[in-house]
Amino acid sequence: MTLRAATAIAGLGITPQGKVYGTNQVGFAVDAVRLALEDAGLQRADLDGLLLNPGLSWADMGMGSFQLQQAMGLKNLRLTATMNAGGATAGIMIQHAAEAIAAGVCHTVACVFSDAPLKPPAPRGASSGSGSAAAYSFGRGLDAAYGQFGVNAMYALVARRHMHLYGTTNDHLGAIAVAQRQWANRNPQAQFHDTPLTLDEYHRSRWVVEPFHLFDCCLVSNGGLAVIVTSAERARDLKQPPVYISGIGQGHLGGDPADTLTSGAVLAKETAFTMAGITLDDIDVVELYDCYTFTVLVTLEDYGFCRKGEGGPFVSGGRTAPGGELPVNTGGGQLSSFYMWGMTPISEAVIQLRGAGGARQVPDAKVALVSGNGGILSTHSTLVLSRDA
Amino acid sequence: MTDYKKPIPTITDDLRPFFTAAKRHELVVQRCRGCGAYRFPPRELCSSCLSREADWVPVSGRGEIFSYNVMHQVYHPGFADAVPYAVVVVRLDEGAKMTSNLVGVKPEDIRIGMRVHVVFEDITDEVTLPKFGSDG
Repeated sequence: MTLRAATAIAGLGITPQGKVYGTNQVGFAVDAVRLALEDAGLQRADLDGLLLNPGLSWADMGMGSFQLQQAMGLKNLRLTATMNAGGATAGIMIQHAAEAIAAGVCHTVACVFSDAPLKPPAPRGASSGSGSAAAYSFGRGLDAAYGQFGVNAMYALVARRHMHLYGTTNDHLGAIAVAQRQWANRNPQAQFHDTPLTLDEYHRSRWVVEPFHLFDCCLVSNGGLAVIVTSAERARDLKQPPVYISGIGQGHLGGDPADTLTSGAVLAKETAFTMAGITLDDIDVVELYDCYTFTVLVTLEDYGFCRKGEGGPFVSGGRTAPGGELPVNTGGGQLSSFYMWGMTPISEAVIQLRGAGGARQVPDAKVALVSGNGGILSTHSTLVLSRDA
Repeated sequence: MTDYKKPIPTITDDLRPFFTAAKRHELVVQRCRGCGAYRFPPRELCSSCLSREADWVPVSGRGEIFSYNVMHQVYHPGFADAVPYAVVVVRLDEGAKMTSNLVGVKPEDIRIGMRVHVVFEDITDEVTLPKFGSDG
C-alpha cells in the first residue's frame, strides 16, 4: 500500500492572526475548523476525525481534542487525538489523518492548531502582566541560576556553534529575515505585511540573545489554523482544487543537536521523497519551519539544497527571496507572517499549490516541500504536497 | 550575600550531592557504573547503556567552552543589572557538559574552544555555584 496522493487537503481555515483578542484557544480552534469546512464546502456532520495540536495556552487540557469536539458539537467521530511533538506536530497530524483515511477507519479529518498566549495590552498606568517572554520561558532550576532562560537562549547556543564551525554570520541569518519579510510584504494576511525590512535594519534591531537579533526570532501569535484532510477521490468533488499529500516522513535523531548541528530532516526526507517519487529538482516551492532564521539555514542544509555548513552563503544574494531561484517561506513564514507552529508552512503550501497566492504566487507551483521542527532541532516532519495526483 | 537578587536554585534531591560538594568547593558529576560515562545534569538512568546505577564522582573541573550565548533580554529581575551577560556551556575533559557562567571574561572576549577551570561562588550559606574562569 502506498499513501502517495491517496489523500488530499481539501479545506484551509485561518483565523485572524497576531494581536487578536476576544476569545481563547478553544474559540480560535472552533473558528479555524469552521472556516476550513466552509472553504472545502463541507458541513460539521461531514467530519469524522479531529486531531488537535494544542498551543501553550492549552496547557492544562490533556484532552484538548475532546474539549474542542464538545465546544463545536461534533458527533460520531471515528478518530481523535491531542498530539504534541512540538513544531513537527502539524505534519504528523496530517500523517495520522492520511493513514487513517487510507486504512478506511475514517473519511474526513480536521487537523487543528490554536493558541492564545498574548494578552490584551494593560490599561494605561497598570502593570503589563505576562507578555510573550513570560509565556514562553521555562526552566527555573539550575539553569536559571546562571541566567539561562527560554528557548531563544538554547537555540542561540546551537547557532553559535554553527557560526564557529562553518563561519556562518549575522549577515547570513539576516538574509533569511529580509527575504522572508519581502515575501510577507506581498501577503495581506502577514502580521508584517506593511513593514519592510532591510539588512541594515535587521542589524540595528535589538539583540534578544546573541547571536539572535529580534528579527531572527519568530512572531508570537494568537489565532487558529485548521486543514481538512480527506480521500483524494472525495477531495476532487469538493469546492477547492485538491492539494495531494504525496509524501510523508518523520525524523527524530536523538542526542544533543549541538553536537551534530543537524535536524531529523535527513531521515524524514528519505521516507517522504521515496513515497512521493521525487528529488530536490522537482520542488517548486519550499515552506520550512522557521522558529528562527537559523532553523531555516540548517533545514536547507539537511534537505540537501546545499552541503552542511554552506547554508550561509547559500541564502545570500536573495536566492530564497521573491524572484530568487528557490522560493522559501513564500508567505513570510513564522518570522514575518504568523506563528501557528507547523501549520504556518502547511497553510502557505496549500495556498501556493491552489494558485491562490496573489502577489506572492510562485508561477506554476506544482510540488511543495513542507517541514516541521520541534524542540531544539529535536523532532522533524516532512510533507511533500502536490497540485497534481 | 543577603543582597543576592538572582534566582537561588532549590536543592532538590537529585542535585543534593552536587550542591553538597560545591559547598566544599569540589565539582562532582554523575558517572555511570555500567559504562563509565560521565553525565550532567543528573538523570535516573544512562541513556547509553540504560544502567540505573551511578556514582557522584569528583572531576578535574577543567574543560573548554563548547558554546555560549549573550543574554540581552531580562527574564528575571535579578539579572536586570547584569545584561548583557554570557551563558556558557563547558565541556569538561571527562565529557559531561555543564551550563554555567564564565567569570572575569567580557562576553565579547569569549571564544569556543577556550580552556577553562572551575571556580566557586558562595551565594548563600547553603548554596555555592560552580562557575568557570579562563586558563589564559
